[in-house]
Amino acid sequence: MRGQKGEPLTTKSILHATNLVKRFGDAEAVKGISFDITQGESFGFLGPNGAGKTSTMRMLSARSQPTSGTLTVLGMDPRTQGPAIRARLGVVPQEDTLELDLSVRLNLEMYGRYFDLPRAVVRERATELLEFAQLSERANDKVDQLSGGMRRRLTIARALISRPDILILDEPTTGLDPQARHLLWERLYRLKRDGVTLIITTHYMDEAEHLCDRLVVMDKGSFVAEGAPRDLIATHASREVVELRFGLDDHSPWRDQLLPLAERVEVLPDRILLYVHDGDDTLQKLHARGIVPESALVRRSSLEDVFLRLTGRTLID
Amino acid sequence: MQFRQTWQGSVYSTLLFPLVYLGAMGLGVGHLVSAHTGLVEGQTYLHYIAPGLLATTALQLGESESLHPVLAGLKWERNYHAAVTTPLEPRDVLWGRLSWLATRGLFTGLVYAIIIGAFGAVQSWWGLTLPLVAALITVSTAAPLMAYAATCEDDTSFAYIYRFAVVPMFLFSATFYPLSAYPASVRPIVQLMPLYHGVALARAAAFGHGSLGAIAGHLTVLLAMVLMGLWWGQRTMTRRLVD
Repeated sequence: MRGQKGEPLTTKSILHATNLVKRFGDAEAVKGISFDITQGESFGFLGPNGAGKTSTMRMLSARSQPTSGTLTVLGMDPRTQGPAIRARLGVVPQEDTLELDLSVRLNLEMYGRYFDLPRAVVRERATELLEFAQLSERANDKVDQLSGGMRRRLTIARALISRPDILILDEPTTGLDPQARHLLWERLYRLKRDGVTLIITTHYMDEAEHLCDRLVVMDKGSFVAEGAPRDLIATHASREVVELRFGLDDHSPWRDQLLPLAERVEVLPDRILLYVHDGDDTLQKLHARGIVPESALVRRSSLEDVFLRLTGRTLID
Repeated sequence: MQFRQTWQGSVYSTLLFPLVYLGAMGLGVGHLVSAHTGLVEGQTYLHYIAPGLLATTALQLGESESLHPVLAGLKWERNYHAAVTTPLEPRDVLWGRLSWLATRGLFTGLVYAIIIGAFGAVQSWWGLTLPLVAALITVSTAAPLMAYAATCEDDTSFAYIYRFAVVPMFLFSATFYPLSAYPASVRPIVQLMPLYHGVALARAAAFGHGSLGAIAGHLTVLLAMVLMGLWWGQRTMTRRLVD
């Protein structure tokens, strides 16, 4: 799965936003964002809770009118062509919104009928999608009896019943166990390979690194960074991170001594992070200076480092 | 677009309620009434109250299916939010549920018409319109209540609607005795109750009498409630589901 992120099949723009604003009363949830998503691309919106991700997703899926700015989805205007846009989208909302009293299969078929698809087509696709979501054996069980992971897979399967051009996923794996997450990622990867454009919001960095060709980091309604995951790490973080623990309640006294050794030093309550190019080399230098931490860990820097740096946690450069 | 529902449970209550009620009120109280006052507006007491029970059940169907289930769709299970991710609009959700309830009202009315017919309370070919009358009562109750439910954040007020609107209407809408039994000063209040018009329509259909003007008046009230509910509901549903 990793490392296979190919170029988008074409570079046709499928979704375009300029200065998109969403205001609720006095609160500005989205403060003028602009972006362009091309066909076949997998595009991520990262950000902490309350960053404006869900408001953005609701506008993209023509369920919420932008307060100002322009938005074009599949060449159409959501203000006037909502139903026509939604006919070509698959939406996986943050909450499953399934019909708990109905069977797994009926959930798919009923949703398919909302798209005015003929019964025979809906039945056939439901069978395929049950297979895809690994729910064939539970087809006749009520949704009530499914686990969280199964419900999530069903919600994704449901979003695919109309064979959408764009699949919009709002925090697809929040609350799932690792097995369920990996199964979902694998399914999403298959969709991407089949040419479906994926738009994903998440606050899981590993998810973004796995799934997204390109992403934006959103904070308080604005973009604070955008690019491919690797580029973001290269731009906003060092290659490696050294984590030092001195077994103290307050690590700040070490800050000045460590500053010359790293591109950036971050003091956390329980440890100090050194952002460096070569971690092992840094450890040797520490040793040479007679600095002996209680523990030291060298790791590659991740999107999480970028995320935390951009969206908050006090930093000392 | 129709909404599928689980329906098996409702069949039992639909069938059982009229039988128990007709038995208790019609035979029990009816015995007393006929002993003391004889016929009520030319009918035995059992026959007189039978169409009123049809109307009341249609009202209760409209009430019970448009408050909790609607708030569940909007807030608890949120399946209405799923519907508007498809080409459907909020008004389609409203219309879908109302047409489903109209169907159920029709079915309930049919079952009731057969039962009260078996007791001899359907005395005219107009009785064939009883299912339609029931559907109209159900929808005229459901449309405004759905619109209201879409403005609610919790269900505390729903119990009050039942206690202070549904039950008093059931008791006072000339269901169990004619309007003429009330003092003249109270009659306009009774006539303000939507169920009064539903009961009057059901009686007119079952017995095949009633002036055209009066029937047109009752129909107008119920249709106006449907229209008002639709107008209001499209606003509240839209506000709740899209923004």
